[in-house]
Amino acid sequence: MKQAFFPVLTVVTALFVLWYGAAVWLNSDWAYDKAKRANVELSFSELVSDTWSQDKPKLPAPHQVAVEIWKTTALKKITSKRSLIYHAWVTLSATLLGFAFGTILGTSLAVGIVYNRTMDMSVMPWVITSQTVPILAVAPMIIVVLNAVGISGLLPKAMISMYLSFFPVVVGMVKGLRSPDAMQLDQMRTWHASASQTFWRLRLPASMPYFFTSLKIAMAASLVGAIVGELPTGAVAGLGARLLAGSYYGQTIQIWSALILAAILAASLVGIIGVLQRVTLKRMGMA
Amino acid sequence: MGWLVFAFGIWVAGWGMNVVLSRRAPTRLLSLIIPVIFGLTLILIWEGIVRGFEVSPILLPTPSDIAIKFAASTSILWQDFVQTVIKGALSGFIIGCGSAFLLAIVIDRYPFLQRGLLPVGNFVAALPIVGMAPILVMWFGFDWQSKAAVVVVMVFFPMLVNTVQGLQASDSMQRDLMQTYAASYWSTLLKLRLPAAMPFVFNGLKIASTLALIGAIVAEFFGSPTRGMGFRISTSVGQLALDLVWAEIVVAAVVGSAFYGGLALLERAVTFWHPSQRSRVN
Repeated sequence: MKQAFFPVLTVVTALFVLWYGAAVWLNSDWAYDKAKRANVELSFSELVSDTWSQDKPKLPAPHQVAVEIWKTTALKKITSKRSLIYHAWVTLSATLLGFAFGTILGTSLAVGIVYNRTMDMSVMPWVITSQTVPILAVAPMIIVVLNAVGISGLLPKAMISMYLSFFPVVVGMVKGLRSPDAMQLDQMRTWHASASQTFWRLRLPASMPYFFTSLKIAMAASLVGAIVGELPTGAVAGLGARLLAGSYYGQTIQIWSALILAAILAASLVGIIGVLQRVTLKRMGMA
Repeated sequence: MGWLVFAFGIWVAGWGMNVVLSRRAPTRLLSLIIPVIFGLTLILIWEGIVRGFEVSPILLPTPSDIAIKFAASTSILWQDFVQTVIKGALSGFIIGCGSAFLLAIVIDRYPFLQRGLLPVGNFVAALPIVGMAPILVMWFGFDWQSKAAVVVVMVFFPMLVNTVQGLQASDSMQRDLMQTYAASYWSTLLKLRLPAAMPFVFNGLKIASTLALIGAIVAEFFGSPTRGMGFRISTSVGQLALDLVWAEIVVAAVVGSAFYGGLALLERAVTFWHPSQRSRVN
């Protein structure tokens, strides 16, 4: 951890320097254009300060994004439609609901696949194929269809999140539930353990490390699903809606702040699962 | 009612057949037939249920409707396929994976970069990168270049992280052996470390292959010329022409599976020595 601190810091600093540099480069056209029309000669320092403070820059500088995030989170009421917290909450609730559905579906499919040979041979290939279908492409249709049936709001987005998040759980749990070796399974048999005892006391505990690893992937996928699910609903609320509205009106700062907030959300959700993983595995004596 | 009975009958027949088949000794052929039967069963049940409940074709068209539409609009589908898959996804996939691969080799040479870039790369790989799509569309315009750019950004980090991990896969014993041969850095890289990295590289390529299609299609939601799969899907949904949407989905699914399957075949040819390829039941 300590060993990685300095290199990571260097890389992150380098990224910020690159970002500021790219902002000057990408926004300079507009700055020069403005200066030409005003008939003034731009010195280098003027150019830099202008490119870092435009209203609708091609690439906003980091501090502009930070100011925008601060303004839309801390200085706005949470209930306001301009508050990013409000939008983040809309996305977060769909993400969590979809994640929960996906985890339940994935786990039960995995149990079926491990215990039923027919299911293993017929369903497993389709689980893998299902992920080669670019589901996000179908997102608009799912939303429209479910809307027509009368299901709207949270649920359609959660369905897309579910579709994206069940896959890592199935694959991870099948691996995990099969991870006890023949020796351990034989031991259960010598104890005359029933199938359910073998499941609850050997297979399930043994699968926990795999479970948490796949939960992390599932959570990240679920957030992506919720964000894309918000695109076709006409940009009502949520981080995806902010992205779409921002791209319609050329509000780049708004796009970037939604993007950064999505990143923070993803990082903290995955981080929470990481903490749960460490605590659980420690109590189980596995880490 | 008849259609519902038909659907139920198909389910019983299909599942029953698979139960019988899966009890037999597994062979290559059988592990292919069983999922195919399952898939066909699902499609027939879909047909039966939609007809049985008389679901409006605006909500869910039957597979036969979709097949008819597919056959009738192959020229549109082909045009969209070229725009989205060949121009957008494939070029982005090649650029993104290629540059990630090269950067991984550079990173691998410098432990400092490795320690610094890997955590950042892992972090970025977990982020909702699709969100970059509107920005990149703004930068690169509406045509396929912006789609390729989205694909590059999406595939870059998974590929980078996997390749760097793969380059560390050879163990110290093997590297010592190369050293006793007085092998140079480059011959060690070419003859030991890159081959040893291949399982990881292919894992990265497989992840990237699904991401590439998703990226190219979703980027079109933010603006595109009047062709392309994402464009067609979003406009057809607006016109409630769901059979065309489903035809596009079929194309996407076939392309995605073929891409993935092709990579899997290539992987088997390249990494024939790896345990995961050797220890097949059949």
